[in-house]
Amino acid sequence: MGKQMIETDDAVIRFSGDSGDGMQLTGTLFADTAALLGKGVSTFPDYPAEIRAPQGTIAGVSGFQVHVGSSVVKTPGDYCDVLIAMNPAALKANAKWAKPNATIIVDADSFEQKDIEKAGFKSSDVFAELKLDDKLIVYAPITSMTKECLKDSGLDNKSMLRSKNMFALGICFYLFNEPLDHALSYFETKFKKKPELIAANGQVLQGGYNYAANIQAIPDTYIVRRSDHAFEKGLYRNIHGNQATAWGLIAAAEKAGLELFCGSYPITPATGILEELAARKDLGVKTLQAEDEIAGICTAIGASFAGSLAVTTTSGPGLSLKSEALGLAVMTELPLVVVDVQRGGPSTGLPTKTEQSDLYQALWGRNGECPMPVISAKSPADCFDKAFRAAKIALEHMTPVMLLTDGFIANGSEPWRIPSMADYPEIVPPIVPEGTQGYMPYERDEKRLARRWAVPGTVGLEHRVGGLEKDFLKGSPSTDTLNHQRMVDIRAAKVARVADFVPEQEIVGASEGKILVTGWGGTYGHLYTAVRELQSEGLSVSLAHFTYINPLPRNTEEILKHFDKVIVCELNMGQFAGYLRMNFPQINFTQYNKVQGLPFTVIELKEAIRKLI
Amino acid sequence: MAKYTAADFKSDQEVKWCPGCGDYSILAAVQRALPQVAEALNYSKERFTFVSGIGCSSRFPYYLHAYGFHGIHGRASAIATGVKVANPKLSVWQITGDGDALAIGGNHFIHAVRRNIDVNIILFDNQIYGLTKGQYSPTSRLGKITKTSPFGTVEHPFVPGELVIGARGTFFARSLDVEVKLTAECLLASAKHDGTSVTVILQNCVIFNDGTHKDYAGKEVRDERTIVLHHGEPMIYGKNRDKGLIIDHENLCLKSVRIGENGITEKDILVHNAENPNPGVHMMLVNMKFPELPVALGVIRSVKDSTYDDNVRDQVAAVRKESSLRNVDDLLRSGATWTVE
Repeated sequence: MGKQMIETDDAVIRFSGDSGDGMQLTGTLFADTAALLGKGVSTFPDYPAEIRAPQGTIAGVSGFQVHVGSSVVKTPGDYCDVLIAMNPAALKANAKWAKPNATIIVDADSFEQKDIEKAGFKSSDVFAELKLDDKLIVYAPITSMTKECLKDSGLDNKSMLRSKNMFALGICFYLFNEPLDHALSYFETKFKKKPELIAANGQVLQGGYNYAANIQAIPDTYIVRRSDHAFEKGLYRNIHGNQATAWGLIAAAEKAGLELFCGSYPITPATGILEELAARKDLGVKTLQAEDEIAGICTAIGASFAGSLAVTTTSGPGLSLKSEALGLAVMTELPLVVVDVQRGGPSTGLPTKTEQSDLYQALWGRNGECPMPVISAKSPADCFDKAFRAAKIALEHMTPVMLLTDGFIANGSEPWRIPSMADYPEIVPPIVPEGTQGYMPYERDEKRLARRWAVPGTVGLEHRVGGLEKDFLKGSPSTDTLNHQRMVDIRAAKVARVADFVPEQEIVGASEGKILVTGWGGTYGHLYTAVRELQSEGLSVSLAHFTYINPLPRNTEEILKHFDKVIVCELNMGQFAGYLRMNFPQINFTQYNKVQGLPFTVIELKEAIRKLI
Repeated sequence: MAKYTAADFKSDQEVKWCPGCGDYSILAAVQRALPQVAEALNYSKERFTFVSGIGCSSRFPYYLHAYGFHGIHGRASAIATGVKVANPKLSVWQITGDGDALAIGGNHFIHAVRRNIDVNIILFDNQIYGLTKGQYSPTSRLGKITKTSPFGTVEHPFVPGELVIGARGTFFARSLDVEVKLTAECLLASAKHDGTSVTVILQNCVIFNDGTHKDYAGKEVRDERTIVLHHGEPMIYGKNRDKGLIIDHENLCLKSVRIGENGITEKDILVHNAENPNPGVHMMLVNMKFPELPVALGVIRSVKDSTYDDNVRDQVAAVRKESSLRNVDDLLRSGATWTVE
């Protein structure tokens, strides 16, 4: 055909369509195909809160962006090289994410006048209206070609249309010279009980591939080749943040020799953790889908009292409901991991969109003087490590621990070098052995100030705990005023003491210079990429990206004071900045904030950082 | 197996309920029942775990020498559920009140009952908020004058037994605080029952709702105005055992009759079947109200069904048997992977 295959270091593809069009699956199959070939991959599902909003409307548009690179990619990419739009609404909602010279592939069959009107276009020339003249538009009759592929399949019209996303995927596979094998083997597992669908989806996928090979509208193809030394040696898999969080918790339970109990209530975007844990009964995980958020945490507190590694998973509104019980966990000094997968707030807010606006709630959203360790995960795969660390701190320091992730890293995925559990540290909770004499429930070890854990069922250790203020040693209720002061002090000291057990803060770049960029949690990929790119331009910029938030790493102040300017970038209105100001009032912090339910773009970050110079 | 006495379950804490409070006799009944439970079920003492919420009754765990957890308001059912699922060997007891279980904790209460988790709930019903000093509760009678209803309440109360059966409960018993022996009997039966058991104890709050149950629970009238039910025995009551219950077929409800009058003999009297899964008669029994009918005491419903904690255990075992995953290393390597060399 004389088409050229152009090599490129990376490419960004954005799939978009109606919520019912299967765009999440299409994008996932594309990402997994590239990942399995050892390429760098980062994904960003961008979907509406409605399961099936009215067909063809902007409200119902679901998107999935994949960034494929020859080496490690740390973000799903700001703008896309290829946009798939299954209907005019998808085009309208996503055209702004297309790069100037992007290729846009649309399902020509869905651009009837009524579809165009439903999407809210003013004119019938949608491309002119969106000012897309600089883009390469490929009108592919995806719907009719899909039907054509399946005309002899015996499937009804509705079933035929359901596989049109695979036609689009076939086109993209051709465009990027990716193999069809992974998708084909996925069909075999997925439709084991419906062999006719294995054949149908395979046919349509191949049909899309062949179609793209034949038409003139696609002049060239691209290939992202895996670069040989970009990845550390080892065994890899692709992993989502929620899955990684669930697995990290299971790993911690195994290391501690405890059963894992999860009491949770379904809430977007945290539900995936509960679902993953519920599927892991083969590893002895107990899950309880509670009647509400409060029962989620209270069953977990009960399980903790009874000797399990207990966790509860939620998102912002659910965390609000758990506040009182968090205080109970602080007062009873029982281990507990609370995972908050942050989403846009306040109230119900933007359930499917990402944000970092629960930081203050995590730090302080409780009655009384009620501190607890707060840590955050920086990427999908990092959720494994941080869930493990959160559980280790909870169990060894006898405290509830808050783990903050967010919708972006929870649903996003990236390749992960699979660790060996032998490389993870032991977890040794202070469980009181049977036969111990003179057990005092609130006596503490000197190193961590943690009390000891006497598990019901152990002979001779009967004791009572609860939400009333505790006697300093015995743990029985005490209203003694000085005892209260001592208890408030020691609970705070216990949490502060965690700093002795967390790693020092690392810096990307020089440890002194003009600008220090800081942030925390799920913005790592974007901040890292922006800072690295600015560094390669020769600018004096470093990055200190925090995951341990309360307590902060011991060297935090030492790092901050060696830069002329410190800019705090976060997806809220300045909560981490406020927290740093409170801790280090002598340092001047600049802010860069965004609350649009979206991750940062590298472009906007670089611009904001450059302005400081 | 060690034998225990009531003294083994007394804690070193000073009991701080008001003098004359009905809670004292309930504590005595529990301390009397626990050695019997230990004996009957071959439990050793360290398996007893008491969980409570907030309210006067919820101070209970401090006064008992056992594992105890004094929770937060309304959440005892949820906490107890977690304790039992995590550690099914424990004998888990929940102490709660009409406010704690039925107002702020209503949701957790009905769901614990629905799940049929093996927790023994003891609900102290004094029809008032005592610890906050006298506001109406979800069991206060319509029109009850309290500090927050100075002109009388305008809301209908729950009948706890009806709520339990409505939530598909498998065990319900009722006793009076002063009937220590009957309470202990009910508690022993509740401990033997697999699944959620609810024992309501009609309790007197001497300060804020004194005499709320006295019309039927008062010593002089109790025999005539209450009926103690026993599984397999006819529903006969009265000091002279001359009254009984029959079904009024015309109105499809229970009716009190005199044995020996209008040709009624003992054979006509209903025989109590606590084990009947059909809740029809049980529903009528829990709803019997003085003065129309005697107030039903004893074990009213005790039916067999699978329990949540057993189902969890069985499912974990079944899934484990089928799975090839044995540890986290296996899990991390399951599914699609690739090697970088």
